[in-house]
Amino acid sequence: MITLTNVRKSYGDEVTIGPVDLQIPTGGITALVGPNGAGKSTLLTMIGRLMGMDQGAIEIAGFDVASTASKDLAKIVSILRQENHFITRLTVRQLVGFGRFPYSKGRLTQHCEDTISKAIDFLELTDLEHRYLDQLSGGQRQRAYVAMVLCQETDHVLLDEPLNNLDMKHSVQMMRHLKRAATELGRTIIVVLHDINFAGQYADHICAVKDGRVVEFGTPAVIMTDEVLTRVFDTDVQVIDGPNGALAVYY
Amino acid sequence: MAEATIARPAAERRTPPARRRTSGALPTPRARRRYWIVLAILIVLATGFAFGLLAWDNPLPVGSDGFWRIAQMRATSVLVMAIVAVCQATATVSFQTATNNRIITPSIMGFESLYIAIQTSAIYFLGVTGLVALTGLPQFVLQVAVMVGLSLLLYGWLLSGRYGNLQIMLLIGIIIGGGLGSISTFMQRLLTPSDFDVLTARLFGSVSNADPDYFPVAIPLCVVASVALWLRSRRLNVLTLGREATINLGLNHKSEIMKVLFLVSLLMATSTALVGPMTFLGFLVATLAYQFAGSADHRHIFPVAVLTGFVVLAGAYFIMKNVFYAQGVVSIIIELVGGSVFLFVILRKGRL
Repeated sequence: MITLTNVRKSYGDEVTIGPVDLQIPTGGITALVGPNGAGKSTLLTMIGRLMGMDQGAIEIAGFDVASTASKDLAKIVSILRQENHFITRLTVRQLVGFGRFPYSKGRLTQHCEDTISKAIDFLELTDLEHRYLDQLSGGQRQRAYVAMVLCQETDHVLLDEPLNNLDMKHSVQMMRHLKRAATELGRTIIVVLHDINFAGQYADHICAVKDGRVVEFGTPAVIMTDEVLTRVFDTDVQVIDGPNGALAVYY
Repeated sequence: MAEATIARPAAERRTPPARRRTSGALPTPRARRRYWIVLAILIVLATGFAFGLLAWDNPLPVGSDGFWRIAQMRATSVLVMAIVAVCQATATVSFQTATNNRIITPSIMGFESLYIAIQTSAIYFLGVTGLVALTGLPQFVLQVAVMVGLSLLLYGWLLSGRYGNLQIMLLIGIIIGGGLGSISTFMQRLLTPSDFDVLTARLFGSVSNADPDYFPVAIPLCVVASVALWLRSRRLNVLTLGREATINLGLNHKSEIMKVLFLVSLLMATSTALVGPMTFLGFLVATLAYQFAGSADHRHIFPVAVLTGFVVLAGAYFIMKNVFYAQGVVSIIIELVGGSVFLFVILRKGRL
C-alpha cells in the first residue's frame, strides 16, 4: 500500500501540485491518467523519491519515503523514468544485472545470476541477452529497462509512460507483460499512461490527475464514463461498448 | 516482500541453454581473452619504454656501477610519468563518469587555467624571481591546496545549492577557466620577451618541470586518491546510468558525485602542480581505454587507462629525447601523435 498524505510541491509561484491525499492499494496495476502537465509524472517521481516534496508525507508499505535510507527503499520500490540514455555501452544482461545492486552492491552471486536470467526470460529477451542496447529496437529496449526494475525484486514498481514511442503491437505486449508481472509475481505496479483505453483495458485501478490534484480514483468501470472522462480531459469523450470492455472515443 | 521471485509461466518454459549464463562485464571468452591480451601488450610496452628511458644511450656497460647511477638519475622522470599517468587517467575516467559525459575532461573545471594564472602572475608581479619563489615543497602544497579549494568551492556551491545542476556547474567552470585564461593572456602581453620566454617553458606540460622534492607529498596524494576511486569502481559503474537510475538503485547520487569530484580534484591538482597542463593526455587516454578494454566496468577500465597513459607519456618522452633531442616538451608530441591516433580510432569505430 502506498499512502500520500497532504503532499504538496510547487514550481515557481503559479504551478502547484497538491495537496494530494491518495491511497494506492497493494496488488494489480494502478494507472495514473490525466492531461499533459497535470502532475502525473511529478507524483510518480515523488513517490519514487527522485524528487523531494515541499510538504506532506509519502509512505510505501509503512516506510516513510523521506526518512527511510535510500538503500533500503531500493528493495521496496523501484522506478523507471521515461528517458534513459546511458553513456556506456551495455548488453541487455549487464543492464538487467544492475537491478541486483541493492542486494549485491555489484558483486553478483549465483542467486543474482538466476534472478537476472528469470527477469530476462520473463520479458522474452532470452535470445537478445548479449546484444548491446544500441542494437535493439525501441520496444526491445523498453522491455530491457522493465526487466531491470523487475530484477530489483521490489514489491512496488513505478513506471513513467512505459508505452511512450511504442507502436500498437509493442504497447499491447508491454501491457501484457506488466499484467503478468502483477498477477504472477504479485507486484504492485503504478504506471503513467497517456492512452485512456490502455488504462481501461489493463489497469485494476485508475487515478485521474488534473491541475495537480487527484480528481478521481476508482476501478475502470467507475472512471470509464462520458461524464468523468470529459471532465478530466477537458475534451468531449464518448464511452462505447467495445468487444473487450468500454472504449473511450474522442476523435 | 523482497523475496518474491520471478517465476516463468509454464507455457514458455524451455530447456535452459547449456552454457552458464553470466552478466560479467566481459561476457564471452573472446572478450575476456581480448582484454587480457590488450593488458599484456600494454604492460610489455610500458616496461619496454621505462627500461628504454633508463638504459638507452647510457654510455656505461649494463650492470656496471656507473650504469646504475645514471639510471637512478633518470628514474626520477619515469616516476613522474607514472604519477602523471595514474592521476590523469584515473581522474579523467572518473570525471567523465560522474558528469555522465564522455567528451569533457576535468580541466574544464579550471585547474589548468588556475595553474597558468598563478604562474603568470608570479612572473608578472615579481619577475623571474617570482617563478623561483614558486618552487619548493610548501609552494607546491599551496598550489595543490588552492586548486582543490577552488574546485571544492565550485562543486559545493553549485551542486548543493538551489540549482543543484551538473550542467550549470560545468558551464560556470568553463567561464571561470576562460576568465582566468584571458587575465593570464593579458598579463603575458605586458611581459618582456625574456620573461615571456621563461614563462612559456613553464606552461608546456613537461616532465622536467617536476622536482623530486615534491614526491613526499605528490606520491601519497596520488596513491590515496586513485586507490579510493578504484575501490569505488562498482559505485562508479552505477553512476554511469545517470542520476535517476542511481537513486533508484539506492545510492545517494549527490554525495557520490561530490566524493568522486573531490578525489578527482586531488588528482588533477597534484598532476598539474607537478608537471603543468596536460589537458589532452587524460582525454586521449580515457577515450582510448574504452576502445581498448571493450568493457564498461571501471575495474577493467582503470588499469587499461593508467597503462595507456604511461605508454603514451613514456613513448612520447622517449621519442622526443632520443629522436628529436627536445625532451622538455612532451605535451606537443602527445597532442600531435595522440590526436592523430585518437582520430584514427574514432573514425574507424564510429563511436565513443
